[in-house]
Amino acid sequence: MQNQYDVIVVGGGHAGCEAAAASARMSAKTALVTHKKETIGVMSCNPAIGGLGKGHLVREIDALDGIMGRVADQAGIQFRMLNASKGAAVRGPRTQADRKLYREAMQREIFNTPNLTVIEGGVDDLIVEGNTVQGIIIADGAAIYAPAVVITTGTFLRGMIHRGTEQTPAGRVGEQPAVKLGERLESLGLPMGRLKTGTPARLDGRTINWDILEAQEADTNPVPFSTMTAAITVPQIACHMTYTNIETHKIIQENKHFSAVYSGAISGSGPRYCPSIEDKVTRFADKDRHQIFLEPEGLDDHTVYPNGISTSLPAHVQDAIFKTIPGLEDVKIIEYGYAIEYDYVDPRALKNTLELKALNGLYLAGQINGTTGYEEAAAQGLMAGLNAARHVSREMMTLDRAEAYIGVLIDDLITRGAPEPYRMFTSRAEYRLLLRSDNADQRLTDKGIAWGCVGNARRTQWEAKKAALNVAREMVQSLKATPNELESHGIIVNKDGKRRTVSEILCYPNVTWNDLVNIWPQLGDIADDIAEQVQIDAQYAGYIDRQMADIEAYRKDENLSIPASIDYKQIGSLSSEVVQKLEAARPETLGAAGRIPGVTPAAVIALLRHVKKKDAA
Amino acid sequence: MTDTIYALATAYGQAGIAVVRVSGPGAFVSLDKLVDVRPTARMATLKTLTNPNNDTVIDEAVVLTFPGPNSYTGEDVVEYHIHGGTAVRESLFAALTMMDGHRMAEAGEFTRRAFENGRMDLTQAEAVADLIHAETEAQKQQALSQMGGALSDLYQGWAERLVRALAYAEAQIDFSEEDLPDEEVKSHIHPVLQSIAAEIKDHLNDGNRGEILRDGIKIAVIGAPNAGKSSLVNALAKRDVAIVSDMAGTTRDVLEVHLNIGGYPVTLYDTAGLRPEQLSNTDAQHTIEAEGIKRALQKAQEADFKILLFDGTEAELHPQTLALADNRSLIVVNKMDVLNKDRLPRESGDPGQQSLDPRSSRGRQIYVSTLMGEGLDTLIQTVSRETMTLIDQDRSTPSLTRARHREALEAALEHIQTALNNNLTPDLIAEDIRMAVRYLGRITGRTDVEDLLDIIFRDFCIGK
Repeated sequence: MQNQYDVIVVGGGHAGCEAAAASARMSAKTALVTHKKETIGVMSCNPAIGGLGKGHLVREIDALDGIMGRVADQAGIQFRMLNASKGAAVRGPRTQADRKLYREAMQREIFNTPNLTVIEGGVDDLIVEGNTVQGIIIADGAAIYAPAVVITTGTFLRGMIHRGTEQTPAGRVGEQPAVKLGERLESLGLPMGRLKTGTPARLDGRTINWDILEAQEADTNPVPFSTMTAAITVPQIACHMTYTNIETHKIIQENKHFSAVYSGAISGSGPRYCPSIEDKVTRFADKDRHQIFLEPEGLDDHTVYPNGISTSLPAHVQDAIFKTIPGLEDVKIIEYGYAIEYDYVDPRALKNTLELKALNGLYLAGQINGTTGYEEAAAQGLMAGLNAARHVSREMMTLDRAEAYIGVLIDDLITRGAPEPYRMFTSRAEYRLLLRSDNADQRLTDKGIAWGCVGNARRTQWEAKKAALNVAREMVQSLKATPNELESHGIIVNKDGKRRTVSEILCYPNVTWNDLVNIWPQLGDIADDIAEQVQIDAQYAGYIDRQMADIEAYRKDENLSIPASIDYKQIGSLSSEVVQKLEAARPETLGAAGRIPGVTPAAVIALLRHVKKKDAA
Repeated sequence: MTDTIYALATAYGQAGIAVVRVSGPGAFVSLDKLVDVRPTARMATLKTLTNPNNDTVIDEAVVLTFPGPNSYTGEDVVEYHIHGGTAVRESLFAALTMMDGHRMAEAGEFTRRAFENGRMDLTQAEAVADLIHAETEAQKQQALSQMGGALSDLYQGWAERLVRALAYAEAQIDFSEEDLPDEEVKSHIHPVLQSIAAEIKDHLNDGNRGEILRDGIKIAVIGAPNAGKSSLVNALAKRDVAIVSDMAGTTRDVLEVHLNIGGYPVTLYDTAGLRPEQLSNTDAQHTIEAEGIKRALQKAQEADFKILLFDGTEAELHPQTLALADNRSLIVVNKMDVLNKDRLPRESGDPGQQSLDPRSSRGRQIYVSTLMGEGLDTLIQTVSRETMTLIDQDRSTPSLTRARHREALEAALEHIQTALNNNLTPDLIAEDIRMAVRYLGRITGRTDVEDLLDIIFRDFCIGK
């Protein structure tokens, strides 16, 4: 049947592309339905991929053979390793991306993926039978059927753009919102809310006085996101920085009442970590300047994205603001900044597969679940796509908090909800030392192979790397030297006569890998990336052991599942506040219950006793 | 539905009054069946208790109700103050057992429920156990202060400051691209860690006074055979000022006597006599006597304080005993009724072939006669003074009361000190602060509580 698929993905943004590609990799017959083919892979907000926590997500997507990392490698124009000196665990790969190169690379991926069909059209309705989704109705009235539908509508669900007092229904500037689908989801009784986010004006780079601005160069040796990318070949450029000043702040204060947020026109909550400039000036009144990164949108595009100054002030105020900022005095504005308000579904309504608990076969991914960011969206898209592809066989594919940032992301969403737009940070991961961006493949690729979402090329590449890692790890554990032998090579350790392994010697400060290659020339045969891994292993050894013990305890709690039918009111010792919080999230495990804010350890014990008693009965 | 639990809150046995406590969702339901009209909340009211199954009168009792959540457990609680004695108690229990969802409480279950309902944290729950077991006024004061949250305030305060420092450390990691005031951020990490480390160190370095007070001061009486150790212990036990508690027990070779001296709990250990020939003769190591001496020496080592007892009629101070003298010992010379004082070392004189530490027992020799009861008051006063110094009641900060707390604090301190190590990268510094927070959380029960609970509640007697 032509209009019958295994999986339908609604939306062609970062979540939709990753979901469709993942589903197709699992050999499911997949349809990606989007308004316009040309907007597939468009970056609506800042032209950058990766960052702290976010770079980790991209590496994990790549380790499961997802597409975001590969695409970013073909579009990155300013690769930088953030926190390079702050420890391997918190290093975050990031790049500015050329919007056009990114979109083109993404479209190449999508259009060339086997099992994947792109259908143009807006989605007006869902076909629902009882509590099971069966397909969608697109704007021309045609029905498309599938047992699993992934909705990734981003900011399009009843999107409303605010600029001053002006309000325009839109999903992005110049694009129609999804109103009917929003109404449809609401009519299904899903818990929904409004969130907002903002974007700054776009500037004409030819009218910026670059000469007076501080430059920030790309790394000399750009490190790709994907292990499948041999080297970055896109030319690398610099970004520049400027700052607001007291004059700017005065204008903002005087005109604040025009801002959609401050005038009360917007009800949705915005992210605290990505505030508008009017928020920054109000909340940090004592700060006399705010940093702005001027990020070029492409190599042959003169559009510049001024990161750090998103706003919903009216156009004439935006003009006045830029006139006060060094380097931007004569800047021409291409598109004014705006705030966008949109519907989201409270993610506590989801299972950890991202399927709605209440609606069989309907999966949600991306901003619709209350997240912000391309990487967070793509990560959810990947997991929703995998699970949707196996919807019929109910083979569940999930990652936990100790395996991946993806696991942290989804667990946070389904247990804590998204009272504000959710963004990933490294500090959200309690097993951060283990979940590094450098070992995403070691953590996840074997799992991906078992699930069936990893292609042959990556499998071959990973298996070779794994073998090399094993050889190197065996070598650093077996090669040993006495203190006297080490001293003859200039390495001073305690003269206790104890023979130390390479990996033990690596823990000493000031000992370099090259020092050890001088002692054991065979170590020189180890490839650089592999050598880096054994060095990180050595540095983190004690900490990792402890985290492993913590993980064991964590998994024990995760294995204690709470029956879906539980009635929290029956547990007499729980306060009504705790009962309410548990009701909202209906956690699947005891561990998840404990992570719900406001659920005290004592409440968890009471819950455990109740569940155990039930088990025994 | 949660069970309703009941138990005897007072000690078993014959007594004027016994209190039976009932807690849980059915506490008022069963009360309504036992009495004609439910009394006003929190008003002691005399009621006739009738068994609803056979209409027999159980007792005339004072009934007190505490509606949840403002009760000990946080649930509805009823207290029945019945006449002491087995028959009355058993007939009330028999009536309660028949009530829907009622059962006998397990050990510590009332306090466990109080903890689960957020009525107290772990240090406070432990304090309840201590309060029940408190034998002396000083112990009671300590337990009451802990139950009031003095310890948890202290630990929680450190944890909160550490969490704040951790937040700043995390900001440096997760927001390194932002325009953070680096110097200001740093000023909230390193200096804070240093000051918390110093405070924890100071708290740990208290000579174990809190634990000593909780467990009782251990005093070993050491001396040569026939120096009069047992006579001394017995004589002390018989004094009015030293009340012998009913907890006395014996071990095979070390006899324990529990005393209350000046409000402080004291355990006296009467040990086997130290014989020089046994101490040096390795062939005799396996004899029972050698074993006794070994234990005596071990006791001397474990004790918080030692009384080194000498026979005043001997020509010189017993050297093996004198060898144990240190700044936590007291030299007591017995048999002063018959001794030749001239032959003994004076306060300023050389106490023997042993040269003593300046802070040692020199100047603290006390002469007694266990036979005549002379000098015992002086001895008791001295022991009481020494005990006070050990426990140092004047300190304004609350004391460490449990080994569990000490271990967790030591671990937290170690992590803070590691975090202060300059060679670490910020990701590891943050990890160490996080671990320190977790260890502090373990004391108050904010994390990992489930493992600890079983141990803590096992220490409770039924009814509390």
